[in-house]
Amino acid sequence: MLAVITGFIDELREAGVPVSMVEAIDAMKAVETIDIGRRVALRETLRATLVKNLRHERAFDTAFDIYFSTIPFPSSDGDGPEMADRGPNASGGGQGGPGDGGMDAGALLAALLDALARIDGEALRRGVRQAVDQLAGMEPGRPVGGTYYLYRTLRRLDLEQLEAGLLEALTGDEDLSEFEERLLREEVEALIDRLREEIQEEIRRRLVADRGREAVAKTLRRPLIEDIDLMHATSNDLAEMEAAIGPLTRKLAARLARRRKKRTGRLDFRRTVRKSLATGGVPAEPQFRHPRPHRPEVWLLCDISGSMATFSRFTLQFTHAMATHFSRLRSFAFVDTIDEVTSFFGPGIDFNSAVARITTEAEVVWLDGHSDYGNSLETFHRRYGNQLTPRTTVIITGDARNNYRPARDGVLSDIARASRALVWLNPEPRAYWDTGDSAMSHYARHCSSVHEVRTLRQLEQFVETLTLPSGRALQNL
Amino acid sequence: MKFEGPLEVAEALRAADYLADERIAQVVYLAVQLDKPVLVEGPAGVGKTELAKAMAAVTSRRLIRLQCYEGLDEAKALYEWNYKKQLLRIQSDLDRDWDTISHDIFSEEFLLTRPLLEAIRSIEPVVLLIDEVDRVEVETEALLLEILSDFQVSVPELGTMRANTQPLVFLTSNNTRELSEALKRRCLFLHIDYPDPEREQAILNARVPGLSEHLAGQVAKVARSIRSLDLKKAPSVSETIDWARTLIALSVEEVDEDVLGDTLHVLLKYQADIDKAAKELTSSPAG
Repeated sequence: MLAVITGFIDELREAGVPVSMVEAIDAMKAVETIDIGRRVALRETLRATLVKNLRHERAFDTAFDIYFSTIPFPSSDGDGPEMADRGPNASGGGQGGPGDGGMDAGALLAALLDALARIDGEALRRGVRQAVDQLAGMEPGRPVGGTYYLYRTLRRLDLEQLEAGLLEALTGDEDLSEFEERLLREEVEALIDRLREEIQEEIRRRLVADRGREAVAKTLRRPLIEDIDLMHATSNDLAEMEAAIGPLTRKLAARLARRRKKRTGRLDFRRTVRKSLATGGVPAEPQFRHPRPHRPEVWLLCDISGSMATFSRFTLQFTHAMATHFSRLRSFAFVDTIDEVTSFFGPGIDFNSAVARITTEAEVVWLDGHSDYGNSLETFHRRYGNQLTPRTTVIITGDARNNYRPARDGVLSDIARASRALVWLNPEPRAYWDTGDSAMSHYARHCSSVHEVRTLRQLEQFVETLTLPSGRALQNL
Repeated sequence: MKFEGPLEVAEALRAADYLADERIAQVVYLAVQLDKPVLVEGPAGVGKTELAKAMAAVTSRRLIRLQCYEGLDEAKALYEWNYKKQLLRIQSDLDRDWDTISHDIFSEEFLLTRPLLEAIRSIEPVVLLIDEVDRVEVETEALLLEILSDFQVSVPELGTMRANTQPLVFLTSNNTRELSEALKRRCLFLHIDYPDPEREQAILNARVPGLSEHLAGQVAKVARSIRSLDLKKAPSVSETIDWARTLIALSVEEVDEDVLGDTLHVLLKYQADIDKAAKELTSSPAG
């Protein structure tokens, strides 16, 4: 058991979940106090001791399934390995054909439907085992990922029919209003999701029995949400990132507001007296109130052109989250010209409708809808430049791909001079900068700092290291 | 206070009207077994604070609560010297020699205990709840570390005070910011999410007297439906409980579109959310 847990912890680390020495020891100690025959107990014990971040739970669940699926649990009576032996025979049957002692596709569907409708876990598991036997067509030793078998099983299972059948079974002969039907449909969807999970688990169990834990873990390992490339993130990934953006913007707000402690502020009488007692009532060391934290002013300029579609959705999400933390945030969007979009964001405004309004109402296209940083920046400077103050931090997000148009970067130095700091966040790998139509270095030399922000982690690092030069230091540049 | 296993924890909690799922019961059981603090994280209103209160009731211990906020400092969380009293003491006999006095004024008599120190010094075992720990600054978080790992507090003038009895510690966080690794490492981590409809139905039945099984089921399903929308603030469990109470007050027996449309504002607190849910779930916009 100890060896399995050590292997499991190694796998978590391999997948990017930070597990410290102390936590590993805690996990071992914790496992000693529980009944490891119960799978839930083991899973939740390991989860509570090893995973301290919600974002890592998906990686944990996958790894747990792999490492602890072949251990016999009372409900499945150790049939994991035995199943794998039967695998090839069953798959020989081909397209939904009956395996050894199997039933035909219709009966299988009916059995699953019945199990789901009655929420009978035991019957469901039996049905799923049968389904994987007959439909997945698993071949031992074949180096494909579990998702391949999953799709194969699901496709042959005809989920739509199952869904319709379930809906019918649960409705009975009642007449449902639109509202009731919606609730019912959601219930059916939840059940189908559960079926999908059961099938996936079953397939994983068999893969592990066939190829061993390490090999399966390797094929199933997926990057953590903070390591996903923002340029190629799926909408699911983006939705998951959204949860992480909130805390990050709060941190950014705190960083920008931070100031060195100075002896300015008014005298704090209460603390002075309290401190004076150490010196017998003589106020040898006067205490001061902390000066009010200054309120940072942030302007965000986002490239929302087509080449940046995924990234710009992310930056707009970021903008949206920032708008709730900074009262003095102004946001601008540009493609080949620029427009202010501040009023589209803010507390209580739905993000999707804000994005929809930007694409329809904001004037970000002037000529042909291909990025033109030069024109956008010049327009920006002409229209808004005189409103920049030494307290303004300007953040530009974009790949600096200018479609071979003139960079016109001179205007950027004016912007930099007029503001507290000018930061550029580029979602491309550093190695690609200045290749092709990228004009990054032209712009970079005017910025206070330039960062590669390809992943959420890098954005976090950017926020972490953020110490802005004071306005005066900038002018000396 | 020892439990046989997680099932017993769940049962005890149920007696205190708190319905724990397997995960919650398991982690609480571990916390008791290993004497480790539990960091409870999750959206607002899913019963994080309730869990600590229920555990206090179950173990019949006193609940000491430290509500965190921005700007919380040592003097409010740990201890403070009662400087007024110290001042009086010094002035009351000025002719005593300094050594005696200094020895005197830094004694326990002049110490004002704040929640954390109080939990440590209590003779009776207690449940310590550190609420919304994500609200304090990162620097202040460090104050908690000594308590969480060693259950002790160091007062420079008096030395280190160890806990008389092991407190059961819960920290809650709404995850508005990332907590430090050091803090997380010392805790068991428990994420509580919105309950599934079956559990929510059970919670409603336990918490709202006079609610029929049927109505509770409907409320739970509607809650799931609304949470699946992309909202600014999804309805929490406490809000569905409020909603169920409202339905009873209005003597509603069956939730339909009209009832939902009229009472959406109990579940949702932003106009944009109300409009959106009304559009999605009912055919007419809410008034």
